Amino acid sequence: MDYLLTEEQIMLRDLCREVAEEKIKPIAAKYDREEKFPWEIVKILAQSDLCGVYIPEEYGGMGGGILELCITAEELSRGCAGIALSFAGTALGTDPILLYGNEDQKKKYLPDIASGKKLAAYGITEPSAGSDVSAMQTTAKKDGDYYVLNGTKHFITNGGDAEIYTIVAMTDKSKGTRGASVFIVEKDTPGFTFGKKEEKLGIRASSTRELIFTDCKVPKENLLGREGQGFLIAMRTFDMSRPGIGAQAVGIAQGAFDAALKYATERVQFGKTIASFQGIQFMLADMATQIEAARALVYAAARQIDGGAKEVTMQSSMAKLFASDVAMKVTTDAVQIFGGYGYINEYPVEKFMRDAKITQIYEGTNQIQRSIIALNLIKESKKK
Amino acid sequence: MNIVVCIKQVPDTTQVKIDPETNTLIREGVDSIINPFDMYAIEEGVRLKERFGGKTTVLTMGPPQAVAALREAIALGCDDAILVSDRAFAGSDTLATGYTLANAIRRIGDFDIILCGKQASDGDTAQVGPGIATQLDIPQITYVKKIEKIEDKTMVAERMTEEGFEIIQTSLPCLITVVKEINEPRLPSLKGKMRAKKAEIAVWKALDIDADEGQLGLGGSPTWVSKIFTPPPRPSGEMFDGDPEEAVTKLVHLLKDRLN
Amino acid sequence: MSIKILDDKCTGCTLCLNVCPFAAITMKDKKAVIDLDKCTLCGACLDSCKFKGIEIQRSTNKTPHLEDYKGIWVFAEQKRGIVQPVAFELLGKSRELADKLKTEVTAVFIGHNITDHAKQLIHRGADKVIVVDNPKLEHFLDEPYTKVLVQLVRKYRPAIFLCGATFMGRSLVSRVAVKLHTGLTADCTGLDVDTKEGFLLQTRPAFGGNIMATILSKNHRPQMATVRHKVFKESELDKSRKGEIIEEKIATSLLSSRTKLLDIVEEVTATINIAEANIIVSGGRGMRGPENFALLEELAQVLGGAVGSSRAAVDSGWMPYSHQVGQTGKTVCPKIYIACGISGQIQHLVGMQSSDIIIAINKDASAPIFTVATFGIVGDVFEVVPLLTRKFKEALRR
Repeated sequence: MDYLLTEEQIMLRDLCREVAEEKIKPIAAKYDREEKFPWEIVKILAQSDLCGVYIPEEYGGMGGGILELCITAEELSRGCAGIALSFAGTALGTDPILLYGNEDQKKKYLPDIASGKKLAAYGITEPSAGSDVSAMQTTAKKDGDYYVLNGTKHFITNGGDAEIYTIVAMTDKSKGTRGASVFIVEKDTPGFTFGKKEEKLGIRASSTRELIFTDCKVPKENLLGREGQGFLIAMRTFDMSRPGIGAQAVGIAQGAFDAALKYATERVQFGKTIASFQGIQFMLADMATQIEAARALVYAAARQIDGGAKEVTMQSSMAKLFASDVAMKVTTDAVQIFGGYGYINEYPVEKFMRDAKITQIYEGTNQIQRSIIALNLIKESKKK
Repeated sequence: MNIVVCIKQVPDTTQVKIDPETNTLIREGVDSIINPFDMYAIEEGVRLKERFGGKTTVLTMGPPQAVAALREAIALGCDDAILVSDRAFAGSDTLATGYTLANAIRRIGDFDIILCGKQASDGDTAQVGPGIATQLDIPQITYVKKIEKIEDKTMVAERMTEEGFEIIQTSLPCLITVVKEINEPRLPSLKGKMRAKKAEIAVWKALDIDADEGQLGLGGSPTWVSKIFTPPPRPSGEMFDGDPEEAVTKLVHLLKDRLN
Repeated sequence: MSIKILDDKCTGCTLCLNVCPFAAITMKDKKAVIDLDKCTLCGACLDSCKFKGIEIQRSTNKTPHLEDYKGIWVFAEQKRGIVQPVAFELLGKSRELADKLKTEVTAVFIGHNITDHAKQLIHRGADKVIVVDNPKLEHFLDEPYTKVLVQLVRKYRPAIFLCGATFMGRSLVSRVAVKLHTGLTADCTGLDVDTKEGFLLQTRPAFGGNIMATILSKNHRPQMATVRHKVFKESELDKSRKGEIIEEKIATSLLSSRTKLLDIVEEVTATINIAEANIIVSGGRGMRGPENFALLEELAQVLGGAVGSSRAAVDSGWMPYSHQVGQTGKTVCPKIYIACGISGQIQHLVGMQSSDIIIAINKDASAPIFTVATFGIVGDVFEVVPLLTRKFKEALRR
């Protein structure tokens, strides 16, 4: 299908595909097995100018937008979603700085992220504040030129491996959701430590850790936006990042589909390739159609954001919701097409299926996405 | 440090197949690629420039479409590219190719190191690199697996041999041919790809490189291909797919006499 | 220089279309037409035309005094005074060619303190040995060795000059051929002579081994070729053979070099050099990890062979690059090649398909390695290889 990409976007896509094909695919199974953080690939992404595709040129990036970010996340995820998350997780941690950072903050942090020298991470989730972000316990108390952070964030992608963290914390609990603020916290800040690395079902090459703040003093210059803007920043960050999760899901689905299609045309049963059976054909047709639909929705949402649309929350959620459900379905069907071979780890499809599951969960579960979409629909209908 | 990397565009031999009916090469769908060994030469050329400063120029002799290989080399980090292309070069064997490239390098002028892949995957001769060095009357180190150091106009490099390697010192300027072990080529960068797309690539004809016409192309080539044929296919083998113990016993029995 | 179809002779039979490796010939009005933008003047079509309907005009450049060039030379490569086996292979083949041409075989032997070893070259079939013994020539260096050979060729004028396609040989004679302005054919796997004209018919693989080409150097002398190791049989040792040993002195001033050998490092590997091995046990991705190569080493040890590796196993860091067989590694032609857990990508096949016997062990019956296998075993390498080791041990009583 033609997505009317520009020449530069096609160049980007081809380059990412090359990275996935030649550098990520050959090591994906090993990194998955060993839960190894993909520094090797981060170095390649840096060398190929891919770390900063979505960062403005003035800060050392390539000047692209959310569509470029989506193209990159999708193509890299085709190789391995866990490895691709070193890039996509960084983008998530960077989005608040891009959106609300002042000139000094941008100048200080973005060039190192764009050049791949440093990775970033985003910290909002807490043990008792998952879907319910308002239950957040982490506090930031003003103390002279500093804010003092206390609390624990968990399930943080790139946690421990990233250098730059954007952290949501309560500056005034009494104000509820209007009492949250966002801070940039550097890795070696005293009082900032990491908990154990989680062992996960999928995206195992990505590191997920607890972030622990114990009287962690953060300079007041590291406050993003204003005090109390925390939830606004968090929500706007999700608006920008959710199409990226959709893109990741499309990449996972496409990767599994490619393997399944190849297998179906080679595997012989009853004297014929299994692709010649209608039962398999219909599955392949459905899978391919769903992937194209998901991609179209993701790209449309990304373009809407890049075009400067004001209201993007619903489109963003739809892209994430639909693409991740497609990824789960397509990867499950890919395992089915592989039969018994699909269930063992010598073939790549079981990994795609394990990796797909997280896209339905993180950055807002798909139940939360549906609520967001519904609330927006209702809100819009009332306007009329 | 000015570096010249000589590359060749070749058909992707891994895609070349033989039509079993007509016993001829199937050419459809065979892509043109940069000779795989030259990828290591390009990478080393870019690394040397990154380490010592200067400029890396990539050079090829070939038909007009070889410009694609040069653009790829720019995407990989080379600064300048030159295509040496003229009907007069057609039919060049290794002697004429070495002569032509040496003349082009003379026109480039200022160089410290010339890099070539150890051989091209279509011809597999490994003769053009040393040929260029000889024409330019500069020393060479072939089959280089590591450059140990470069200082004071000398280079120390490890040259692969059957048994291991030799450590060889040479004065600069010199030519080296490189093997796969020397590095791991990077992928292109996005900025490189964009630069490659816009780059203006110089095309030099026979007249531009001050060449003696008698030494070019077919006329300057002592060797001629008198016959091309496809090798007889290997007779089809015997397959064992039953009990491994049985298969192994049979095989050992068949081979025993050849081993004693 | 140009190529043309002689329209009066072309019958439109289309034979030439199929042999053109560059798809430069098409048919128009039942006559062949050559697209000069695609044609590289390789000459493949000339031979295919039964009606002499294609003509290539070539230059008449010739080596002066061409008819004075006689005899066959073999460069007898030595390392630390030891003649390399490829020299004996070349002497064997040269003897056969020289007998056809009724001419002499001369070995050229360069080094230091080697004169005593020269006799063995006569015992192996040389009529004459030219020895250049000089401390400056103790180890191979491109420049002095080139100067010696160029000077000797100019003095003695051999018609044919053969050299092993080794690291040393390919580096050295590439320079020599340019200095002598003559033709050089690389890595030949077949040699013959045209007894009438005295031409050396040099056959070599091209396009990754997909096609073979026979190459001539009609107007230039010497006709030079490097020859692949292990393609020809070593000549028999006959201590009763007599011949002449000529000691050539070369002015030391000529032996200067801009390159200098600082050290020779022989890499210690558990197994012998794969280029020399008669038996190679090779492992690929199917070996799953470096630790499992021990299984292959055991088998290789029992068979007296070396351990090789596919690119996949080298790239995964399981084996050093010096063991890699294939397009980007070494080309080998042992008597027996045992491929264990190697799927047989074309890049691997081009490096080993001229082995005498190929045994492939792979659990995937459709793996391409089986297309070149003399014996294929569909099975688990971890079961089959130890079985082979045990059974060979019993059979060979080793």
